[in-house]
Amino acid sequence: MTDPYKALDFFNTDELYTDEERMIRDSLRGWVSDRFLPIIEEHNRNATFPMHLIPELGEMGVYGASLTGYGCAGLSGVASGLICQELERGDSGLRSFVSVQGSLCMFPIWAYGSEEQKQRYLPKMAKGELIGCFGLTEADFGSNPGGMLTKAVKDGDHYVINGSKYWITNGTIGDVAVVWAQCEGTIRGFLVDKGTKGYLGKPIKNKLSLRASDTSELVLEDVRVHKSQMLPGVQGLKGPLSCLTQARYGIAFGVIGAAQAAFDEACRYSKIRVQFDKPIARFQLVQNKLVWMAAEITKAQLMCWKLGKMKDAGTMQHFHVSMAKRNSCWMALECCRLGRDILGANGITDEYQMMRHMCNLESVITYEGTHDIHGLIIGRQLTGEDAIL
Amino acid sequence: MPMDIVVCIKRVPATDATIKIAADGKSIDPAGVTFELNAYDEFALEQALRIKEQLGAGSVTVVTIGPKEAQKELRDTLARGADKAVLLVTDKWMFDGASTAAALAAWIKTQPCNLVLCGRQAVDSDNNQMAGNLAARLGFASVTEVVKLTLDNGVFTAERDIEGAREVVSCKTPAVISCQKGLNEPRYANLKGIMAAKKKPFEETPAQLGAAALEVVSLTLPAARAAGKILGNGADAVPALIQALRNEAKAI
Ligand SMILES: Cc1cc2nc3c(=O)[nH]c(=O)nc-3n(C[C@H](O)[C@H](O)[C@H](O)COP(=O)(O)OP(=O)(O)OC[C@H]3O[C@@H](n4cnc5c(N)ncnc54)[C@H](O)[C@@H]3O)c2cc1C
Repeated sequence: MTDPYKALDFFNTDELYTDEERMIRDSLRGWVSDRFLPIIEEHNRNATFPMHLIPELGEMGVYGASLTGYGCAGLSGVASGLICQELERGDSGLRSFVSVQGSLCMFPIWAYGSEEQKQRYLPKMAKGELIGCFGLTEADFGSNPGGMLTKAVKDGDHYVINGSKYWITNGTIGDVAVVWAQCEGTIRGFLVDKGTKGYLGKPIKNKLSLRASDTSELVLEDVRVHKSQMLPGVQGLKGPLSCLTQARYGIAFGVIGAAQAAFDEACRYSKIRVQFDKPIARFQLVQNKLVWMAAEITKAQLMCWKLGKMKDAGTMQHFHVSMAKRNSCWMALECCRLGRDILGANGITDEYQMMRHMCNLESVITYEGTHDIHGLIIGRQLTGEDAIL
Repeated sequence: MPMDIVVCIKRVPATDATIKIAADGKSIDPAGVTFELNAYDEFALEQALRIKEQLGAGSVTVVTIGPKEAQKELRDTLARGADKAVLLVTDKWMFDGASTAAALAAWIKTQPCNLVLCGRQAVDSDNNQMAGNLAARLGFASVTEVVKLTLDNGVFTAERDIEGAREVVSCKTPAVISCQKGLNEPRYANLKGIMAAKKKPFEETPAQLGAAALEVVSLTLPAARAAGKILGNGADAVPALIQALRNEAKAI
């Protein structure tokens, strides 16, 4: 209630949203102001995730919100995007948690899982009683996940998985991992429960970005899982890539929230910070920075709204998502850099949120496909020439 | 015993809105002002939902007298769990507790209702009149500014913070209870609630307003704050500061 946040909406994009979409956005915005912002700096300093909020978000229905059935809310694309926007206004780590849970873990179970897997995992994951993580990246295979070394070998009714995954969000706090592995000449997904012998999550320490988020290594040593734990509905790289499309969609909306937070903080600051006997907002160079931020945020809002409409209409393609993810992350990071500049020395302390957002966005512009990899995906679509491989 | 609860709410300017006085000099200019649900009414709604949950039966109907735009605040209450919303439409700014109470009483008398919950005051008019006035018109018990409320065997026990003390009162239904900050922690609308809200009953009828019992003669913004004063620097200035706080500001 005391949070003075005003979300920039220069083109009145609000009127593009339905009543429900606005209500959902406002409900999340209030929750972030009241429940999350008062504690985030502390968690960021201590590099901890606010675990006590996990059930609250489940109660609100944000996990897997765009999925249908199994206790999921079945929301429109725009509504689920706006949820990400509001969460990331709080912190990219909070949005990452929700993206991993919904887009990277619940989605593949929902889309490719057996009925028994869906019944067993989805309702509990929707409530936040079970936390998921998504193991695709390995230390030596980031932009090129198809080269992964992790391997699953059939042994009777079981598969035996060996390998390791790196940079895995929720890897230590997760109750179930969606692990992608080379298997019989293709790539398959496996559901590995915490506590399975040979499976271990180990936190990656000393991050300067996404500090309030668990990023871990997964170690898999002769991990035996029953064949019923394999996702039956998909094989090949398109399995994990389809999950990434979902998560990237959420990121494209999400980081707009971080940019709005940056703009709000910088604009507010510029009006009260006095130098040369004037508020710095009166200087042309400062205004120009704010104008740049506002224009980029507005463009991203409109691009993402259209992306949401295409998602609902079933016309959204992965290269659309690449353009939105790439553009949003870049503009949000630039907004934070400009905003940090406007805040002067104050901008380097955690009295202000600017640098936390800025550091977070260094991860967000890298994970789920780096800025340049998305450029190459778009370039391939435009020219027909594949410059990635 | 199931309880049919009516919650009275008001759409008010957001507390952080910049207020401008309208050309008539008697009302505020709504242009550019964002509106929201009166914060105290959120406690009333939350308490109503909790009472219904406790009893496992009954109904929660939310009513407001206000402009068409108040649909937004009403839909928010449906999303949080109210069963039905009623908008008594008027373009008038409702500042007079007596005429608000008269119109609400007339409507409530047509409804099954044994408990009315409302906020302790509306933060725009700040009159603090409505609850008592409404109770008198309905012939209901009236308890105001409640910070704790329990229900046991049809009897309410309410706690109130009065000057220098905590007062505990009890009452039976029918009653009008006004809610103060501290009573509860209002819930957030969850996504399923928001999606379900549009399917819930929503009625809209013109408000039957009688003559106002009082009139706003003029409305002016508070005088601009006087410039601050610097008494000195560092620890040396502390005695002067204490003097000023004691003698000029009379704050200590
Ligand atoms: C905080 C955090 C959380 C993460 N969470 C997860 C998770 O939950 N699950 C998961 O599986 N992964 C996760 N990741 C991993 C993330 O997806 C990878 O870091 C990302 O895909 C980039 O891979 P890399 O770090 O190995 O970089 P690299 O692939 O080594 O890239 C390094 C640089 O080379 C460039 N480059 C690479 N290939 C090409 C090319 N063909 N052409 C031009 N330039 C190229 C890149 O653009 C980049 O600039 C996370 C990462 C971070 C930082």
